[in-house]
Amino acid sequence: MARDQLSRAFAALADPTRRDLVARLSLGDATVGELAAPYRLTPQAISKHLKVLEEAGLVTRRRDAQRRPVHLEAEVLDQMTAWIERYRAQAEERFRRLDALLDRMAAEEDASPDRMTAEEAPSHEDGHRPERGKQS
Amino acid sequence: MSSTDKTQANETQADKSQANETQIVVDERVPTIKIIREFDAPRERVFRAWTDPDLYAQWIGPRSLTTKITKWAARTGGEWAFVNLQDGQEVASFYGSFHEVRAPERLVWTFTWEGEPDGVSLEFTTFEELPDRRTRVTGVSVMDSFEAREQVLASGMEVGVKEGYEKLDELLARTA
Repeated sequence: MARDQLSRAFAALADPTRRDLVARLSLGDATVGELAAPYRLTPQAISKHLKVLEEAGLVTRRRDAQRRPVHLEAEVLDQMTAWIERYRAQAEERFRRLDALLDRMAAEEDASPDRMTAEEAPSHEDGHRPERGKQS
Repeated sequence: MSSTDKTQANETQADKSQANETQIVVDERVPTIKIIREFDAPRERVFRAWTDPDLYAQWIGPRSLTTKITKWAARTGGEWAFVNLQDGQEVASFYGSFHEVRAPERLVWTFTWEGEPDGVSLEFTTFEELPDRRTRVTGVSVMDSFEAREQVLASGMEVGVKEGYEKLDELLARTA
């Protein structure tokens, strides 16, 4: 999917009414009249919102049917989720490296004189301190 | 390291992958990206890994590139810049200013990728102390438009998740 289409989808969902419409359409197709019913908005105002969603590829309307029900294109939403998940995975990958670095830093801090004493007297049971505040 | 220690290290790593999983919050009303992650290390150490240039360059990635820091004045009003190198060739460069460095709790900087010179985000990073000498880091990036945010979200597309998991596997193998 083209990135600008995803951008339009994100922008279209920046509006609370349109997010609401998408949430309702996730339950099933609905006509403009049905969608307008819970709001203090005219069907014309709802149609304007639907046009933005349609241009973003988030909804489609069947031309042939008399009622012209509005249909949610769920895969566009899935794409957006996939995008965010990929970004998350990359951040996670970075932070795993930071985890490893923090462990190395801890090991360096542990290589302090009191640790050396513990290592020089390995027979001393109490020489082993619990590791960095973790319960052992 | 004794065999007992190794077992413990394994368990710790398994815990991290579940309990410390990165969270991303993409707000639908404002062009921001929020990243939340916890670390099994005290706040001072995490803050140091974020503000010491030698340490920062070791983890910021991405995996296939090396990071060379060219400017780094980690104080309020200081500047920073780094480049990503691949086989010694510069492939991307970034710069910005440290707006505020408040050890060990808060870091605010501006961030620009030179490939998109008009783009700039403002990034707030807070370091929160948790019990058992753990730390929660919350990063909030504010972009100037939804389009700019989508560009940031898409920025790592080439790098890909697969590579991320490869590096993770290596890391896990090393610590096992």
